Amino acid sequence: MPPFLLPSPMRVASALVDRWDIILGHAATTGTEILLGLALGSLLGCLMALTLAAWPAGRRWLLPLLLVSQAVPVFAIAPLLVLWLGYGMASKVAMAVMIIFFPVATAFHDGLRRTEPGLLDLAATMGASRTAVLWRVRVPAALPSLASGLRVAAGVAPIGAVVGEWVGSSAGLGYLMLQANGRSQADVMFAALFVLAVMSLALWFSTDRLLRRAIPWQPDSLLSDQDRKVLP
Amino acid sequence: MAERAPGFRIHLPEGLSLGGQPVLGPTDLSLEGGRVTALLGPSGSGKSTLLRLAAGLLAVPAGGSVTKLAGRVAYMAQQDLLVPWRDVLGNVTMGAHLRGQAPDLARARALLAEVGLAEADALKSPAQLSGGMRQRVALARTLMEDRPIVLMDEPFSAVDAPTRHRMQSLAARLLARRTVLLVTHDPLEALRLADRILVLGGRPATASEVPVPAGAPPRAAGDPALLAAQAALLERLAEAVS
Repeated sequence: MPPFLLPSPMRVASALVDRWDIILGHAATTGTEILLGLALGSLLGCLMALTLAAWPAGRRWLLPLLLVSQAVPVFAIAPLLVLWLGYGMASKVAMAVMIIFFPVATAFHDGLRRTEPGLLDLAATMGASRTAVLWRVRVPAALPSLASGLRVAAGVAPIGAVVGEWVGSSAGLGYLMLQANGRSQADVMFAALFVLAVMSLALWFSTDRLLRRAIPWQPDSLLSDQDRKVLP
Repeated sequence: MAERAPGFRIHLPEGLSLGGQPVLGPTDLSLEGGRVTALLGPSGSGKSTLLRLAAGLLAVPAGGSVTKLAGRVAYMAQQDLLVPWRDVLGNVTMGAHLRGQAPDLARARALLAEVGLAEADALKSPAQLSGGMRQRVALARTLMEDRPIVLMDEPFSAVDAPTRHRMQSLAARLLARRTVLLVTHDPLEALRLADRILVLGGRPATASEVPVPAGAPPRAAGDPALLAAQAALLERLAEAVS
């Protein structure tokens, strides 16, 4: 296989070292887009889930909107977003938001719906208001579900940003890959891909670690399996 | 709680149906204030439904009436319902937290001591406690509400027999002078703790009263009169099932 189709790991490593400053600059752009998309998408997803839980009458209008946000392929809407928001960071963040919004909103909403009924009865006999039940019972009880949604979001966040960069951009790892592809620089493409993979892994594991610390009560039967005799 | 607790009445002249299925037949139940009434019966006989009606957790059917008890009821369920995101002290003061009031931490600590938990347990998470300890915390949380009426839905059924025995004695002491409606499957528990015992039976279910042994609760589990009453009550429950 010729190196311009499949470069050796050494060649990729060499491209990574030689073009480190360029790759780092583009990685910073993509990283910023991913983090902004993750923050904004998670915030909007949480707001949607809370609205659905607190406003039963609005569910019939908001649920279809939630589904449509996922049913419309981000690849199809990407050119429009670039047209509307420009070649800069905004269109990429918007695409990441679209991808992140759905898993966060659905997971959190699912958690808010599944509060232990006995707990709601207890809160009612204690004289809790609807607002207090939402914020002091439903929301904390739903945090493990929200954490699952955030983990999925952290895993898919780079897709939105990179797709946006492919459609139209002037910076970012997606842009760098597109440029390298046009020049048959497969080693640079793989180097950019490697950095993207490392960034994605770092994002997922740090999100997971952060969530474990923030929600220490969430059940983790895989961890407790270490102390349990697991049948083969 | 120095004053004698109020009683309450559940009056359902046409019974109660849930999801189109008749659950309770015509019912007129008056609970005397400051006394423990135990409600027994087979599964699905409507015991918890009556308790939920009293707690205001279920809509009263047309033609029926239930004494308004809002703000005067404390509820203790079969599960301990401790929330994992608050420590033991946080769980005991859950009511104040939900009402947006400042919790009386000194009283919460005193109640924890009263139900037999060590001072160090107050800062533990519920996951660090045994089933019996969790149920003690749930009892402390119920007492923390300091309500004259206490509704208990099989509160000690999830703990082992010795722990249940200790919890019954503890509850009898700490709930004295309150109006208690205790739903239970355990005839011995009813006979030890109750001033009055009602058995729900039939379809739709109706309540009938059974005699209780002499003496004030908590009665000794080994008392021959109580054991004889337990055998009679078991027979009665078996009849209610058939």
